[in-house]
Amino acid sequence: MPDRPDTAEATAVVPGGVIHDIGYRHYDGPRLGRAAVVRALFVDGLRGAYGIGRSKRSRVVPFLLLAFACIPALIWGLVVTIISLDELPIGYSEYIVLIQVLVAIYVAAQAPTLVSRDLRHRVVSLYFSRPLGRMHYVFARYTALATATFAFIAAPITLLFLCALLAKLPISEQLPDYLRALVGAVLVAMLVAGIALVIAAFTLRRGFGIAAIITVLLLSSGLQGFVAVIANEAGSELLEEWAAAISPFALVDSINGHLLRGESVFMGVDPSWVMGAGFLAVWFALVATCWGALALRYRTVGVS
Amino acid sequence: MIIETRDLTRRFGAAITAIDELTVEVTPGTVGLVGSNGAGKSTLLKMLLGLLEPSSGSAQVLGHDIVTEGEAIRARVGYMPEHDCLPPDVSATEFVVHMARMSGLPAAAARERAADTLRHVGLHEERYRPIGEYSTGMRQRVKLAQALVHDPDLVLLDEPTNGLDPAGRDEMLGLIQRIGGDFGISVLVTSHLLGELERVCDSLVVIDGGRLLQYTSTADVTGATRRIALEVDGDASPLVALLQGDGLVPRIVGRGLEFDVADDDTLDLVRDHVAELGLGLVRLQRQRHRMVDLFTDEVDDA
Repeated sequence: MPDRPDTAEATAVVPGGVIHDIGYRHYDGPRLGRAAVVRALFVDGLRGAYGIGRSKRSRVVPFLLLAFACIPALIWGLVVTIISLDELPIGYSEYIVLIQVLVAIYVAAQAPTLVSRDLRHRVVSLYFSRPLGRMHYVFARYTALATATFAFIAAPITLLFLCALLAKLPISEQLPDYLRALVGAVLVAMLVAGIALVIAAFTLRRGFGIAAIITVLLLSSGLQGFVAVIANEAGSELLEEWAAAISPFALVDSINGHLLRGESVFMGVDPSWVMGAGFLAVWFALVATCWGALALRYRTVGVS
Repeated sequence: MIIETRDLTRRFGAAITAIDELTVEVTPGTVGLVGSNGAGKSTLLKMLLGLLEPSSGSAQVLGHDIVTEGEAIRARVGYMPEHDCLPPDVSATEFVVHMARMSGLPAAAARERAADTLRHVGLHEERYRPIGEYSTGMRQRVKLAQALVHDPDLVLLDEPTNGLDPAGRDEMLGLIQRIGGDFGISVLVTSHLLGELERVCDSLVVIDGGRLLQYTSTADVTGATRRIALEVDGDASPLVALLQGDGLVPRIVGRGLEFDVADDDTLDLVRDHVAELGLGLVRLQRQRHRMVDLFTDEVDDA
């Protein structure tokens, strides 16, 4: 090392006062490890996913979508409270399926701000010339988007649950369904975030990324419905049931029905542990594929 | 040694050899890495950061092996890439704070270091504006600030003067000089322009086609030589004959002559010849090495 002059002592005395030229100061404070860096990047991503710490304009879309997602829950909740129904007009898990378009638009809008932006402006080369590893970066971005998406789904469901409690509906009936829906929210968030990040990581232009993610997510739901109808016409109950694996929302809804034994929109047959395990295996395979694609994408990025 | 490489080689496919058996030891200070475009400078920097594995050979940066200890290197090295690498929608302050945190600085320290570093690179009020509104010169400063914010022991600067106007270039070179001097941080700076590195570097590594041409201190390179430049007004051809009669080998270079002399007495002789012929002596000057000469000579040999 070259000598590090202690420039902090460089002061000049002039008549009538003292000018302190503190010059360059070296940093002797703590340097945190990888876990702290990943956590900082996660928090940055989570804030970014709601436009916090960015321009006011970037907060409009996520919060507007969140408001749209919450309004039906609020209305139904108020209805239940005011006219004292003995059950909610919509199930918690059912609600996830109801807001699937909003969830799709939300991840489509936010995934590019988390990854395409860093790729397009080549900020990644600054990340990777630091101690942070490539997959740590991917991990931090993925968990940030998954957590943000989970919060997006969990907020209206929780609102619904609170209204149910206010309406004095029996908690022993409400709580298990609410918790199942939260598990479903975790599974949906992890899968949808993975799909959205893969697409965003391959599309550098924000607009293309948004369009591609919405298309893929909504098309998968459409395709699921289409295959289910065809299977129904053909009289194949099994195919109709398995068609749920095509759409992330139907897939998680089916896991909820078969494995968690909760309410399900897409389950058309009696709950079956085998089918539940099958749907869960599909979920794992899809999430693993997303991770594989991201690993492949980020293997050489920022080097050449 | 801040950097030591041994037979360091990097190939891309069978046809392209970006770095070819490079062996060099770099001492602390401000070091210039000179080479024409495509000489392998950026490839070398990426290998030194542990981002690109060598095809063969080895290297150490700050005592850490580039293959097995890349993370330790990247913790104590700052890197300023050649290309643009800044998001347009955040302010310089926010961005540099974030990059400080990505180097492991706690939040409060990151804010303090970012403010200090931006001040040192000469960004003041404008640091609160989005980077998208910045000029090239300001963007280069932000890139430099993010490389310095974690107080590294060594910074790798890839073509920091690229795209700058002459004034901006001078300011950037001045900053680089301060980093190596006042800040006490070793610098490895690349450029394809010898002239500008001459001014700020203690020593120079010259590479071409991925191979080492020269590693010298700038003082050696730019030291005085035995070569004399002579310029007279009037017809120089009788003078050439006289000089040849004295056993000198004058060459006509531009408007004057150049020749090597053994000692200072020869200079007196030359002066006398000029006087005898009644010519006006415009210039009689001992030449300094210019690194351009050294660079082109070596390239010709290679």
